Amino acid sequence: MSNKNLKYLTGPFSANNPVIVQILGICSALAVTVQLKPAIVMALSVTAVTAFANLVMSLLRNGLPSRIRIIVQLVVIATLVILVDQVLKAFVYDVSKQLSVYVGLIITNCIVMGRVEAFALGNGPWASFLDGIGNGLGYGLILVVIAFFRELFGAGTLYGFRVIPESWYIAEGGFYSNNGLMLFPPMALILCGCIIWVHRSKNKDLQEK
Amino acid sequence: METLNIFIKSIFIDNMVFAFFFGMCSYIAVSKSVKTALGLGAAVTFVLVMTVPLNYLLYNYVLKADALVQGVDLSFLTFIIFIATIAAFVQLVEMIVEKFSPSLYSQLGIFLPLIAVNCAIMGASLFMQQKVDGGELTSVWQSIVYGLGSGLGWWLAIVMMAAIREKTTYSHIPAALKGPGIAFIITGLMGIAFMIFSGIQF
Repeated sequence: MSNKNLKYLTGPFSANNPVIVQILGICSALAVTVQLKPAIVMALSVTAVTAFANLVMSLLRNGLPSRIRIIVQLVVIATLVILVDQVLKAFVYDVSKQLSVYVGLIITNCIVMGRVEAFALGNGPWASFLDGIGNGLGYGLILVVIAFFRELFGAGTLYGFRVIPESWYIAEGGFYSNNGLMLFPPMALILCGCIIWVHRSKNKDLQEK
Repeated sequence: METLNIFIKSIFIDNMVFAFFFGMCSYIAVSKSVKTALGLGAAVTFVLVMTVPLNYLLYNYVLKADALVQGVDLSFLTFIIFIATIAAFVQLVEMIVEKFSPSLYSQLGIFLPLIAVNCAIMGASLFMQQKVDGGELTSVWQSIVYGLGSGLGWWLAIVMMAAIREKTTYSHIPAALKGPGIAFIITGLMGIAFMIFSGIQF
């Protein structure tokens, strides 16, 4: 893989991260992060949709009148999301129930639309595909970090496995209790704010004047 | 009473922004001044009031199991039909506004076409579908009220946020938190404040 293509793939992990730098796709990033498992499933779904939407739109880009491009994009994306939704319902039904409306909301996830508009309409299919995968994984990275903290401190488990021993809890005569606030929506926003804080302290060129 | 409950619940308790994070992208991007926030909030509310009942009718009489033809379940088409309705409606509104009120058109500017991909609009329709399946919404009238409440809740949130952000221009915020960082933390704190509304019923 050439250097340029590698940059498309790894750029979105940190310097050009879709969630914390481009501020795209926040809704689902915050809503599905109560536990690690739905967060990982969601990240993979978004990666698949972004990659293939980029690929299809990049192939179509030369024959497409710009006046109708939004509606064509919506149709392509909606079709891909229906496919993902059916796959999730067939293979991981319980997670698909947990994700509820947020699977459908991948259609209006700004990452998908934003990458198609900003990248796929001006670049070749292979580069667009890599850009889609990179952005999907960059989004997944943030989801996993937020879900890690929320599940660990909110429920004492990780990916459903108990990490903090039962005997530590007050009910069992210990000293520890879960932080229930972690499970509520506002905490996801505050955690995301803190991630941006840490990230921008390390990357000074991203700071706003 | 049922209808009033739906209204209050969708504004305060199940607030689009604080409880479900819907429309966060435009919420963070457009909340820099109160004036633009008011304009976008009004446009979102209008589109919600119109598209939620439209999608309600489509879902109830076409897509739901046994609705169109006995034994046919078209609900897997929900996503594509809903987004098509929304995109078509937004396009229509844009054309009408452009034709009859060019001044309003130039005021709304880029916001109008962007509403089609605002997740608050799609999200409200998808929640409407869930509520219909759960038996919470039983008539078109209630779906209009639900759309109106959701829109007003979003409007309220973005205007409050814009007002707070106008004030924070005079505060000493750590350089790395400026912009989106502090916006997230403020929204989180507002969300905690909104949690006092949970459980209110008439």
